[in-house]
Order: sequence, then C-alpha cells, then structure tokens
Amino acid sequence: MSDLNKLGLAEARDALRKGDVTSVELTESCLRAIDEADALNAFVHKTPEIALERAKAADQRIKGGDAPSMCGLPIGIKDLFCTKGVPSQAASGILEGFKPEYESTVSQQLADAGAVMLGKLNMDEFAMGSSNETSVYGNAVSPWRRGNDDAQLTPGGSSGGSASAVAADLCLAATGTDTGGSIRQPAAFVGITGIKPTYGRCSRWGIVAFASSLDQAGPMTKDVRDAAIMLEAMCGHDPKDSTSAELAVPNFEAMLTGDIKGKKIGIPKEYRMDGMPTEIEKLWAEGAEMLKAAGAEIVDISLPHTKYALPAYYVIAPAEASSNLARYDGVRYGHRAQLAQGDGITEMYEKTRAEGFGHEVQRRVMVGTYVLSAGFYDAYYNRARRVRTLIKKDFEDVFAAGVDAILTPATPSAAFGLGEMTEADPVQMYLNDVFTVTVNLAGLPGISVPAGLDKQGLPLGLQLIGRPWEEGDLLNTAYALENAVGFVAKPGKWW
Amino acid sequence: MSIDQSTAAKVAKLARIKVEDDALPALASEFNTILGFIEQLNEVDVEGVEPMVSVTPMRLKRRQDEVTDGNQQDKVLANAPDAREGFFAVPKVVE
Repeated sequence: MSDLNKLGLAEARDALRKGDVTSVELTESCLRAIDEADALNAFVHKTPEIALERAKAADQRIKGGDAPSMCGLPIGIKDLFCTKGVPSQAASGILEGFKPEYESTVSQQLADAGAVMLGKLNMDEFAMGSSNETSVYGNAVSPWRRGNDDAQLTPGGSSGGSASAVAADLCLAATGTDTGGSIRQPAAFVGITGIKPTYGRCSRWGIVAFASSLDQAGPMTKDVRDAAIMLEAMCGHDPKDSTSAELAVPNFEAMLTGDIKGKKIGIPKEYRMDGMPTEIEKLWAEGAEMLKAAGAEIVDISLPHTKYALPAYYVIAPAEASSNLARYDGVRYGHRAQLAQGDGITEMYEKTRAEGFGHEVQRRVMVGTYVLSAGFYDAYYNRARRVRTLIKKDFEDVFAAGVDAILTPATPSAAFGLGEMTEADPVQMYLNDVFTVTVNLAGLPGISVPAGLDKQGLPLGLQLIGRPWEEGDLLNTAYALENAVGFVAKPGKWW
Repeated sequence: MSIDQSTAAKVAKLARIKVEDDALPALASEFNTILGFIEQLNEVDVEGVEPMVSVTPMRLKRRQDEVTDGNQQDKVLANAPDAREGFFAVPKVVE
C-alpha cells in the first residue's frame, strides 16, 4: 500500500488487524510526510524515536491478538498536553525547556489504547487565539489555498497545528482542546471533523489550564467514524480531575447507524447574523434540508441570550486565565528573566512574565486581573456568571421542548489569510468564535463537520450541538449529515 | 467605564507583568476596546439569577484525608530554573 498516511483511523485499524499493513509502516509513512511538511509548521516537536518504539510494540500486540481500539494508529498531540519527557510548552516562551515528569490523563489513555505519538503540534499560545498566530513557534499554515493564490492561510486556532496536520495527512488524527471553539473552528477551516465533548467527559489533568470551567479536550479527525473511535479512547472518569464525570463511556462507534428518523433538529434564529456571507447562509439551509431528507424534523428555535455569549466569555475566560497563569512565576519551571543588580522577587516575577508571555496572553491576563479586582468583581465577573446561567438555560429550555440537536454554521467565514487580521482590534478576532462559544459556556457537546467549499475553494463547516452526555447521539446525527454532504475535497499538495 | 494610563499601570502591577511606560497608552486603549465590548452585558436583566458556579450540577467528591503522593523531590525540582540543595532558589525576599 502507498500513501498510508492518507488513511483514516478506522481504515488503518481494519488494515492492521487484517495484517495488510504494520504499524511501523504506517508510522514511517507519517514521519516521512511530517519531514516534507516543515512549511506548514504543524509539528513543532517531532518524536520519531518514541513513535517507532510504540509502533513496534503495537505490532507485537496485534500479532498476539491483543489489540486495543487505537492500537498502532499514529496521531499528533497538541502542545497543550503534558507528555512525559517531551517538551510541552503550550506554544509559550514562558515554558521554554519544560519537559514534564508526568503524562496527561488523555494522552496516557490514548497510549494505553495503543496509539502512536508522532510529536507535538503547534497552537496559539496557551490556546488563546483563533488563527495560530500567537504561537512562540510562529504561525501554523493551512494546507489549503485560495485557488492559485499562494497567500498563506490560517488553519484556525487555537488547535491550528492539529488542524493543519490532519488535513495535510501528516497523521491519521490529532488531539485538540476547545475553550471557546478551538477544536471546531480550525476543523471547519481545513475541512475535517472536530468534536468537543460535554464538559467533564475528558479529564483535564495534565492539560495546561487556560479557563478551567470551559476547557475540554477532543479529537480532530478525517471523518465522523474516526471521531467516535478516538473520543471513546479519550473519555472516562479520572479521580485526578474533580470535575471529571463518573459516567460510563458508551461505544460511540456502535451508535453510528445513520438513522435519524424522527429526530428533532433546532435552527436557532439568533445565529442568523447581520452581514453573514450568503454562502454560509446557503450552506446552513442546505444542511437543514439534508437532515430533513434523512427523516429528521426541522424546527425553528430561539436561544435569546446568544448575543451575550462572547462578551460573557471575554470576562470569564480571562478571569480564569489570570488565575491559572499566576503559576508561571519563574520559580518552578520554564523561563526566568535575567535579573539586574538589586532586583528582588517582585522584579523577577514582572520581568519573567513580560519576557515569557506573548502580547495576546499578557492582554488577557491583565483583562482578567481587572475584572477580578476589588470594585469590579461584581460588575464584571459576577454579572458574566449570571449571564452564563441564562445562556445555559436557553439550551435547557429547547432541549426540554424535545429538540435533540441544534444545527448552526461552525464559523462566520472561511479561513482568512495569515496577517490579514493584524491591524484589526482584538474584538474582531474574537468574533470568530461567535457560533461556538455558547457551547462551552453551557458545557454541551458540539461537533464541526465539513459541509462544502466556498467560491474561493475553501472549506466551510456546519456545527451540531447536542444534549449533555449524549455524544453518541450527536455523532450519529453528524454521521447522517456527513453521509448526505459527501464532502471529499482535499487540499492540493504545494508544500 | 474608561481606563486611563494610571489604571492600566495598576492592572499590570497586579498581574505582575512589567509594562514600559511608553506602552501604557496603547494598552489602555486595548483595554477600553475590550471593556466596551463587555459593557453589552449591562443590557441583560440578571435580577434574581444565580451566578454559575459549575456548568454540570455536581457535588465535589470527598476523600479520606491521607497521603496519596509524595517522595519525588527530584522530579518536582527537575524543571526549576534555579534549584539548590533540594530547594527552589529565588532572589532575597526578606531584608
């Protein structure tokens, strides 16, 4: 077989079990593809020795008839996950040289399931960004281009390296994390599938914290079946994360029947934004038609507090970040600034954090500090948490009325060019997450599925939002949509 | 609510991030853009609404108060920029 790196997880798994390929062959194919793709700047720490060692072990297990679900499948890991002995920097200068002495629960579960780690993937610094332009490693680049125009496009963010790597077939799948849309927006920008599960499904232990009440890990894959396989391996209760749910993890793949007859799909009127490109409006309407043709009932719904989700997010997320990022003080790990004669510990903190944090991270830490400071805590932070309660209630009300899933666009536009937003004010960049951020605030599962190309030839995605803990049902609805759309476009190789 | 340069300087100090004086006007202006965006929250009637504590209704679990981990000083110090004699070393804190 040639081009083994182009396989998805399910295809590769089946080929491995039939004995048609070995994990070493799959892994070597990916490692070659990675070495040819430095122009994408997706893999920022390559781990070929670890990969080949795990691949050999996987081949032994398969031969011995003891192959767990991800056995021998080569994947990439976002730099936000702590991986033992391997640099884990959250794409930040402040964690320069940090090699954890431990492994995150999610990456450990994937390893236990037999997955082969190829290396660490680029991202926005501390997952703060929507274009992968805040990374200390430099921009990750999308494999997609606007026709013959060679301008570099963003793969989205914050999981931009994961998106670029999966779309360019550098790995079979990758981990991502999603605090406001960081799995779903990049997945939509590069034409792949990405799911953020219900808050509490995946352990956050060992994942560098951004906003702890919103952060969730999830898979970024080539199709919905692969998302089901990988999500199952990532989920599960972990005593080391007190917010991790003590619930059984179903066999998500077995729930992919494609039968959605009688399901009620809500179309929220508040997601019809002023100035939304007609292409996205059309894609959304077509998606609803396809689900209807597959037997679902389409209903108009209202989520009245949608407009306030982004402003609430930009209070809550920076507030939590300012607290979480207080640990980067130049004492225990990572960077410490050179001190001048007479500098004390306060100067050490201030210089270290000024040198180690990039501009966007500094800005968010300071906004968070401000909204939590004496005199503003009630006006900003508590008010935002009240609005969050109302946003969650919007969803509870429509689910109580019998809606099974909600269909929305994934992003308000196709991918933009790297550097194109540099002059815009920060709020313009934040608007990228307008359709995804509500889902984090309400703790719900959401999935982005590629649904078409725009007139420039760039992918566009649709988002489905599900009931809490019903990822299996959500994946099945996404599977029905995927079958109806028949998205097969791939970027032409230029790198 | 508008943030002036002295407020920006105070916030930077609280956040323990050194900001040079000539960078303060731009920083204050960015704060004002973001806070202007956040001000929209004032339109929402939140009377009688509880601030969200946990997005999934759950009680934090309790466990026995006993040692579950420890004896790994070398690992704890392995990534320190300056570790000496089994401790983290920092500039002089007390005069």
